[in-house]
Amino acid sequence: MTAAPLIPPAPAAIAIRDLRFRWRADLPPVLAIDSLDIQPGERIFIEGPSGSGKTTLLGLLSGVLPVVNGTLTVLDQPLHRLGAVDRDHFRADHVGYVFQMFNLIPYLSMLDNVTLPCRFSRRRRARALARGGSLNAEAVRLLGHLDLDDPGLRARPVTELSVGQQQRVAAARALMGAPEILIADEPTSALDADRRAGFVELLFRECREAGLTLVFVSHDASLEGLFDRTLRLAELNRAAA
Amino acid sequence: MPIVILAWKSLLNRRFTALLTLLSIAFSVTLLIGVERLRGEVREGFTNTVSGTDLIVGARGGQINLLLYAVFRIGNATNNISWESYQAITNLPKVAWTIPLSLGDSHRGFRVLGTTPAYFEHYRYARDRGLTLAQGEPFADLYDAVLGSEVARTLGYRLGDPIIIAHGTGDVSFARHTDKPFRVSGILAPTGTPVDRTVHVSLAAIEAIHVGWESGAAAPGRSPDAAQTRELAATGALTPKAITAVLVGLKSRIATFQVQRAVNDYPEEPLLAILPGVALADLWSLIGIGERALLAVSAAVVVVGLFGMLTALLTSLNERRREMAILRSVGARPAHVLALILGEAVFLTLVGALLGVALLYGVLLLGGPLITDRLGLFIGMGPPSAAEGLLLAAVVAAGILVGLIAGYRAYRLSLSDGLLIRV
Repeated sequence: MTAAPLIPPAPAAIAIRDLRFRWRADLPPVLAIDSLDIQPGERIFIEGPSGSGKTTLLGLLSGVLPVVNGTLTVLDQPLHRLGAVDRDHFRADHVGYVFQMFNLIPYLSMLDNVTLPCRFSRRRRARALARGGSLNAEAVRLLGHLDLDDPGLRARPVTELSVGQQQRVAAARALMGAPEILIADEPTSALDADRRAGFVELLFRECREAGLTLVFVSHDASLEGLFDRTLRLAELNRAAA
Repeated sequence: MPIVILAWKSLLNRRFTALLTLLSIAFSVTLLIGVERLRGEVREGFTNTVSGTDLIVGARGGQINLLLYAVFRIGNATNNISWESYQAITNLPKVAWTIPLSLGDSHRGFRVLGTTPAYFEHYRYARDRGLTLAQGEPFADLYDAVLGSEVARTLGYRLGDPIIIAHGTGDVSFARHTDKPFRVSGILAPTGTPVDRTVHVSLAAIEAIHVGWESGAAAPGRSPDAAQTRELAATGALTPKAITAVLVGLKSRIATFQVQRAVNDYPEEPLLAILPGVALADLWSLIGIGERALLAVSAAVVVVGLFGMLTALLTSLNERRREMAILRSVGARPAHVLALILGEAVFLTLVGALLGVALLYGVLLLGGPLITDRLGLFIGMGPPSAAEGLLLAAVVAAGILVGLIAGYRAYRLSLSDGLLIRV
């Protein structure tokens, strides 16, 4: 007889059941996932070429797209039951996002870019203030962890930064205010091949320190080995078959 | 950094286009309010062509006709009124002053008006402005003439120049009173009224040049020369027997209808008394179509300016889709995106409108004297009237509408783009 576990298992950070997504009612589904669990603190590598539904999946996970068929539970919140405004609030409070490129708003300074999430989420603002005393101080701290110490660099317009530097600023922004989940959509694809691993290591260090769950989408197979688990979207997504 | 500062920094980033849009709105507002103000002034100027005059009296006939020839020097009277009737009107108890008018002659296309010094004393126009002489003096000698500003400018007359009056409104050589040349004794300041286009002489002078012209043409050998007529004038023999019309000023406005009735019912002669204000307003409603067309045109200019803003906003949306996606990724809602666009449109419209009004005042300040000098129009520098305020409010409302249209488009784009960064 198997003993009942003494400690109940921690709830999954992200749990998907019977998810079907289609852009219009008369179109076939682009995303069909029966079951997916991601544990808190896990570092997941999602491999999927374009067309495999990765954009859709990230849109659903971040609460931009609505869940009509199936359930999506993120941090114990049933996103499938939340309205658009509530999902936007949820994303503001709990999700950091990094794009493949053009992450930064060109007319804002580096610090203003990094502190942007705190303008939309009171929770993250409070956490950042608690951590660093002021928003700018916390931003400087995070940038320092990502090898962006130079104050001279901070004074320059963000459009003058190299791609690598821009991606690291984007990472700092995603980490600002300690959200629980960090979603990165091919963040290294625009970087030189020899810098990609370095970026991932930086990201890992911060995620470990903050206890974040990392969802990393990429088609660069060389990075796979660094992660806890690899999901192949082509297998996961029944609609892509 | 609230949304407002985000919007401001975004606008600064596109400051060149923003400035162009701002100027476009500003100029169109300047035009709109300027035209409205001008419209008001022209209408005021028209209805006040002869302010301060309570009644105009002429031979019985059409009201508009009397107004046209007595005030605008257009057309002719069908009949004259006798000097006795004129005396009777002047002697009415409620009458404060009268100005006799005698029309019929011309000088190179400009009408000649025979009148008394009472004309220069009592004639008022616009907001109670009297006639002032830019140069010279009113009639002293029998053959003195006072020119309106446009007559002097168009024909190039200066003080002391000679002037030949022609009989009737045509200008044919055998109808000119060449034997009795007049002398320019004074030139009036511009008024923006038909006074500018008139040559003024004394009543006696009109009589003098027509001695011997009773049949309508010069009777050869029977006309006295200039010196002889001066002698006649001294004896008072040149009092006219009939005049064309009379401008009447009353001691009290309340008596207007009473005196009008008295004149209309005058048993000795068929007379007509009209209220100039009423008659002018009637005439304006007929010919005022032009001013409404002018306002419609300037309103169209504002619409074009706002379309320009809409175009600029919609075009900028395409470039800002990345910006929108980034904002959405950090938790902005589509409503935030709409607010950003709407806020920008409202800001540009408000500042543009204010700038436009400021520009208008600047133009009036610098160019006002020139306009008054050339056109006789006095455009006031006062604060915006109720009508102008309404126009400004309409412009701002239209700007808000533009903002809503562009904002809604941004809203829809943001919804459909989601987190997709379009390269």
